[in-house]
Amino acid sequence: MDTFLTRYRNVTILVIVLFLQVIGLAVQVRRSSDNESSRLIRVWAVSAVSPLERGIVGLQRGMANLWHNYIYLRGVRQENRDLKAEIERLRLEQVRFMDDAEQARRLQLLLGFKEQFISRTVAAQVIGASGSQQSQSVFLDKGSREGIAPDMAVVTADGIVGKVLRVFGGRPLESSVSEVLLINDQTSGVGAILERSRTQGVIHGSPSGDVVLDNIMADEDVKPGDVVLSSGGDQIFPKGLPVGTVASVSRGKGAFLHIRVRPAANLTRLEEVLVITQKQEREPSLTEKSVRAADILSRRLPSVPDQPEGSTIPGAPGATTPGATKTPVAGSPGASGAQGPVSAASVNNATPKEAGQKPGQNPAAKPPQAPAAHTTSSPNPPRADLTHQTDKPE
Amino acid sequence: MAIIYTSQDQIEVYRFSLPAAILIPLIAVFLQAFLPLRLHFMSVFDLPLLVTIFFAVARRSPVSGLLTGALIGLLQDSLSHHPLGLYSIAKTVVGYGASSLGVKLDVENIGSRFLLTLVFYVVHEVVYFVVARALVGLTLQWSWLHELGSGFANAVLAVALFAVLDKFKQRA
Repeated sequence: MDTFLTRYRNVTILVIVLFLQVIGLAVQVRRSSDNESSRLIRVWAVSAVSPLERGIVGLQRGMANLWHNYIYLRGVRQENRDLKAEIERLRLEQVRFMDDAEQARRLQLLLGFKEQFISRTVAAQVIGASGSQQSQSVFLDKGSREGIAPDMAVVTADGIVGKVLRVFGGRPLESSVSEVLLINDQTSGVGAILERSRTQGVIHGSPSGDVVLDNIMADEDVKPGDVVLSSGGDQIFPKGLPVGTVASVSRGKGAFLHIRVRPAANLTRLEEVLVITQKQEREPSLTEKSVRAADILSRRLPSVPDQPEGSTIPGAPGATTPGATKTPVAGSPGASGAQGPVSAASVNNATPKEAGQKPGQNPAAKPPQAPAAHTTSSPNPPRADLTHQTDKPE
Repeated sequence: MAIIYTSQDQIEVYRFSLPAAILIPLIAVFLQAFLPLRLHFMSVFDLPLLVTIFFAVARRSPVSGLLTGALIGLLQDSLSHHPLGLYSIAKTVVGYGASSLGVKLDVENIGSRFLLTLVFYVVHEVVYFVVARALVGLTLQWSWLHELGSGFANAVLAVALFAVLDKFKQRA
C-alpha cells in the first residue's frame, strides 16, 4: 500500500483534492442558500480585491475630474448654450406631461389604485466585476453600512440594472461592498411588461449574456422596438421603470416567443448606479406633494437660472401655466421641483454629458411618454414614481 | 550531427519569492475583475488561468501545480455568484496537467508556450462546462469556434505575459 501511494502520490493527491472540491460544491448546491456556507471565503476574497479596485476607481475619477473640470474646457460654452436650449424645450414638454400626470392621478384616485413610490436611494459607484463570462455581476462601493441589503433594486437614469445579491460590511472588511446580479445573468429574473401591448413576461439573461423576455405566447403582438418596462410583479423593481427595447422576435420553444431585449442601461459600461433602499406604497392624493416620474426625470437635468419676468416662449402650449415656470401650484409636481430632493445626476453635479448622456438623448424626454400612453390605452396607468430622496455619495 | 540530450536532470525547476507567489495571482484576479469593466473585450482573457499555467510549468511539481490552481480558482470563484468550486476544479486539473507536461516538454520556447496555453485553455473550459452543467445545473452554451478563438487570444497573451513573469523566476 505504501508503495502504491508513493508511486502514485501525485495522482492520489489530485483525486483527493478534486473529491473534496466536488463534495464542497455538492454541499453548496444542496443548500438552498449558499450565502452562509461560503460567506467567509467570499468576504476574504472581496476584502483582498476591493480596496485595490476602490483605489484605482477613485484615482481614475479624480484624474477625469481634473481633466474635465479644469483642463479640458474646450467647447463648454457651446455645450452650455445647447443645454440651455434643450432645457427650454424640455420645460415645454414637462408642462404637457404634468397635465397628463394630474389626469392620471385623478383616475388612480377614483379607481383606488395604490402607488409605489421610491422614497430613498443610495448612489454608488461600480468598482469591479465578477471577471467571469458566466457570472454577470458587479461590485459596488457601498454596502450594509449605507443601508443596502439583499434584493434591493439597482437602477441608472437609463433603466434597471439588477438587484443586490450580497452585501459585505464591517469586520473584517474595512469598507462595505455589495454584489449586484445584473439582469443579463441567466439566474436573474425581472417581472416585465410590454408598454404597447401590456403583455407581461419575465426578463432574464441567456448563457451568452443577452437579455431575453420569456413567457410571451406566440400569438402575442410583439414587434422590434417595443418598449419593455418593469411590471412590479417581482416585488423588487418598482413598476414602470425602463428595462429596454425589443431587439428581435422569433419563434421560441413550444408556444412561446423568443424575444431578445436591448437593455436600456448599458450593462457593459456601468459606472454610477442608484440602489433603491426604500419604497413606499400608498394611495394617491391630489393634495400631497408627491413626486411623479415626469418631475423626477426632468429634475435630472441641470438647473438653470429662472427666466426674466414676462419672458415666454412664443407658441408654447403651456406658456401661461404658472406651475410650469415661475409659480408652482401647491401640491402639483412642479411645486416641489425647486426645493425637492435630487436625483443621482444632480447629486453628483453631473451634466447630462458626464452622466453618460448626450445632450439630445436625455432619458428625461423618453419615459414621461408612458403616462400619456397609458391614460389613453389602458385604464391602469402604470408609470415610474421615482426618487424622493437620494443619499449623497461620498 | 547534433546530439540532443533529453535527460530529466537537465530540466530546470524554478521557485518564486513569497511576495511574487502571493501578489501575482492576486493581481491577476484583480485585473480579471477590474479590466472588463473598462475594456469589455478583456473578458475573453482568463488571466488567473494563464498565471496558473505559468506557475505550474515553472515549478514542475504536480502537487504544487494543482494546489496553486485550486487556490487561484477558489479566489476567482469567490468573486462570482456561483457556488465555490467551479473554477477551482477546472484550474486544479489544469495546474496538475500543466506541471506534469512541463516535466516532459521544453516549455521555455514561444511555440510550446503558445500550444500549451491553447490546449489547457480548452481543457479548462471543458472541465468548467462539464462541472457547471452536471453538478450545478447551469445552462451553458458550447461553441468550438468561440472556445478556440478565445484559446488563441489567451495563447497570444500568454506568450507575452510569460516573458514578463519570467523575471520573477528564481532557480531552485
